Amino acid sequence: MATNTFKIWRGDAEGGALQDYSTEVTEGMVVLDAVHQIQAEQAPDLAVRWNCKAGKCGSCSAEVNGMPRLMCMTRLNSLPMDEPVSIEPMRAFPPVKDLVTDVSWNYKVKKTIRPFKPRAPDAEDGTWRMDQADVDRVMEFRKCIECYLCQDVCHVLREHHKHEEFVGPRFFVYAAALEMHPLDEETRSKELWEEGGIGYCNITKCCTNVCPENITITDNAIIPLKERVVDQVFDPVSRAFRVLSGRKGKAP
Amino acid sequence: MPEFPTHEYDVLIIGAGGAGLRAAVEAAGQGVTVGVICKSLLGKAHTVMAEGGAAAALANVDERDGWRVHFADTMRGGQYLSNWKMAEIHAKEAPDRIRELEAWGALFDRTEDGRILQRNFGGHAYPRLAHVGDRTGLEMIRALQDHGVHQGIDFQMECTVTRLLLAGGRVVGAFAYDRDRGRFRVFHAKAVVVATGGLGKAFRITSNSWEGTGDGHALAYEAGAELLDMEFVQFHPTGMVWPPSVRGILVTEGVRGEGGVLRNSEGERFMFDNVPELYKSQTADTEEEGWRYCTGDPNARRPPELLTRDHVARSILKEVEEGRGSPHGGAFLDIAWLREKIPNHADHIKRKLPSMYHQFKQLADLDITEEPMEVGPTTHYAMGGVRVDAETQMSVVPGLFAAGECAAGLHGANRLGGNSLSDLLVFGMRAGEHAARFARENGLEGLDDAAVAGAAEAALAPFEGDQTAGENPYQIQYDLQDIMQDRVGIIRDGSKLESALEGIAQLRARAKAASAPGSREYNSGWHTALDLGHLLTVAEAIARAALEREESRGAQTRDDFPDKDPEWGKVNLVLTKGESGQMEIERVPIPPITEDLAQIIEEMG
Ligand SMILES: Cc1cc2nc3c(=O)[nH]c(=O)nc-3n(C[C@H](O)[C@H](O)[C@H](O)COP(=O)(O)OP(=O)(O)OC[C@H]3O[C@@H](n4cnc5c(N)ncnc54)[C@H](O)[C@@H]3O)c2cc1C
Ligand code: SF4
Ligand code: SF4
Ligand code: FES
Repeated sequence: MATNTFKIWRGDAEGGALQDYSTEVTEGMVVLDAVHQIQAEQAPDLAVRWNCKAGKCGSCSAEVNGMPRLMCMTRLNSLPMDEPVSIEPMRAFPPVKDLVTDVSWNYKVKKTIRPFKPRAPDAEDGTWRMDQADVDRVMEFRKCIECYLCQDVCHVLREHHKHEEFVGPRFFVYAAALEMHPLDEETRSKELWEEGGIGYCNITKCCTNVCPENITITDNAIIPLKERVVDQVFDPVSRAFRVLSGRKGKAP
Repeated sequence: MPEFPTHEYDVLIIGAGGAGLRAAVEAAGQGVTVGVICKSLLGKAHTVMAEGGAAAALANVDERDGWRVHFADTMRGGQYLSNWKMAEIHAKEAPDRIRELEAWGALFDRTEDGRILQRNFGGHAYPRLAHVGDRTGLEMIRALQDHGVHQGIDFQMECTVTRLLLAGGRVVGAFAYDRDRGRFRVFHAKAVVVATGGLGKAFRITSNSWEGTGDGHALAYEAGAELLDMEFVQFHPTGMVWPPSVRGILVTEGVRGEGGVLRNSEGERFMFDNVPELYKSQTADTEEEGWRYCTGDPNARRPPELLTRDHVARSILKEVEEGRGSPHGGAFLDIAWLREKIPNHADHIKRKLPSMYHQFKQLADLDITEEPMEVGPTTHYAMGGVRVDAETQMSVVPGLFAAGECAAGLHGANRLGGNSLSDLLVFGMRAGEHAARFARENGLEGLDDAAVAGAAEAALAPFEGDQTAGENPYQIQYDLQDIMQDRVGIIRDGSKLESALEGIAQLRARAKAASAPGSREYNSGWHTALDLGHLLTVAEAIARAALEREESRGAQTRDDFPDKDPEWGKVNLVLTKGESGQMEIERVPIPPITEDLAQIIEEMG
């Protein structure tokens, strides 16, 4: 069997560096398998998060050869095996140790988004009636496994560190799921604009490109939300403005 | 004594899967203070992986369904070892627990008239599983989590309990470390709910994640609680078998519910030749009838692929042993054959089973709409767990409650698919309710300083002594998994079980010398060393109970006692920690069932 070199970032909040490990590569292996093998054989204190090993829990996010990926769903045979594979933690979040980052910010942000509020039940027994088509519309957003890879890649967070003013693509997806939920009665447009910083998004689509659940974050969540913001927050002045200039929501 | 940061709550919940979250929401709703601890991040617990659905007799798809049928199905599935009171409560309350999830934002697939859609699953007489595609667990945990974070619950993520703390004859809290810094913490509470999930990691091939190390089982046992039905470990018939790195990962039963069929290397649907007496009258005679069942024909009987899991798993094993297995030692599971029945079969499959499609495409380079999958048994679920009161979920230790997979009683000798997610909701809620009540009725008992100090000392043991000469904790875990897989697996016999017990005893000695080089920060080697204690306890409990029960029933198959024995049908096995620390086993008679429930079983066959 072939062996290959893996350059794994080892370090903590103070700093760190890539360290070389070489390990055997067998058929069907994914990046997470290589990390586990190295952990069991050479580096028992190597820190890595994982749970399901099947792309369902969103725990094992990292940057593989510089690309934000789920380690458990990245087959080694999809990477160039004639050169070392680099594995680094997500860079948009503070490092904790090795491949583990502090993602607690995401949990705080989620709590700030106005929760689900259903309309009164449709039937006397307290239940609702919904069309499959209406359910299907939000299913895409509800597939999100909270891996935060989209947060990692978004330049507003990664490069401009707007963590205080911008909730990031994951939470636009979350807000869209609530806004388009067939039963929800809340509106969140004003907050998305004023506190969520949706105006900072300049539709680069980087988030959509890395989403392991193939959620069309930009086109299906962010753009419709921006339209809502324009209609509900700036109406009627901005609507007239939009008609005149053909422009949509713009960064504050 | 060193001072550790201490958190104080009325109710402490260990575990943030479906059971823990549902308990937390309920307890918080009762107006008490609630803390939830979990080993991983919030929303990553096992429950997130559940695919097929949650069983509840909503009768949205087939009006003939109702709690009585669900009750009878559960009892039959459990081979009549289930706690009938729990089976009754579960069947009656599951529909409300599912409906209320919708009020918290969960979305399920719909029927034509806009109600919750239900699908067929093994052992359920009618379409009964509320689901959304094949990611029901994600929907459930997200709904509970997103609702729960607004209920004033204090969540402590990536924090692992190593011991329950006792004082004054009851539980008073828990000792834990946080993963990132390795600091110790003390949780002080009036009532504690363990909702820690399963123990699949005791075996080599499993659908469970690293979290499934039987912590709650072992923590409660050490604290004086009883373990029940530990011999019954569910081996799910369809785990992935190839490539090696994904061996064990689950292939949902939903594939078979949607019409997927099992074939051997000769192309035969071997399940037709493997229908047990108990199920003959409910099983399709022909392939054609089986397919009609999958399309929702109320007059058709289910195909034999949807027999109970223990049975399908053994049948696959038999094909492999008799030389008719697939290339990598499994059977073929074919859903691509729907091309003969449905015009746009590929789209249909992708819509009904999106994550299965994804999983095989990405992990095995296989398109399930074109080719059959290779599948084989994988360790999946623990029917056994903490023995609790059916109504309140309290164990014999005052103030200590258990719910979800780590509790026992509902599933008896074999769990039906879909009955776990509903179990989490029904009994999670009850545990939360009664823990809150216990907390209101009982004051806060002081902590025992010596117990806290003892817990801290034990947790530091892997850092003591010679770091280079100590045993690698991963290696001990692998060795244990091999023992359990090879000697306490699907087919058991007395001498293999005895040798397993000897092996476990030797590993216990080695585990004492397990060492963890490195610092206390996010040190997986250290965590693995600490988990070993729990794993060894549950492994021993499984092997002891399996050896004691000299019959084959449900998930327990004994080569040396191949038949079901009516005498054994009258007792459950209960394990406790004896005076001198050894594990003791007792046969406890099943209390006589009430007349009305007996009649239901009679009528439903
Ligand atoms: C792949 C897969 C698919 C499944 N599909 C279905 C299905 O379709 N239908 C169905 O009914 N069932 C299904 N099951 C079974 C079902 O999902 C589980 O039995 C159920 O989710 C267990 O829930 P729980 O709340 O008891 O525990 P879990 O969801 O396992 O949660 C346990 C929690 O306890 C925490 N914990 C554990 N130990 C400690 C400790 N020492 N300290 C602190 N916290 C701790 C963990 O971090 C976690 O938060 C499936 C299981 C798997 C693995
Ligand atoms: S599209 Fe918007 S949210 Fe997505 S990465 Fe680009 S700027 Fe960020
Ligand atoms: S939207 Fe996609 S990339 Fe972002 S957190 Fe969810 S699953 Fe991950
Ligand atoms: S381990 Fe769950 S997504 Fe990778």
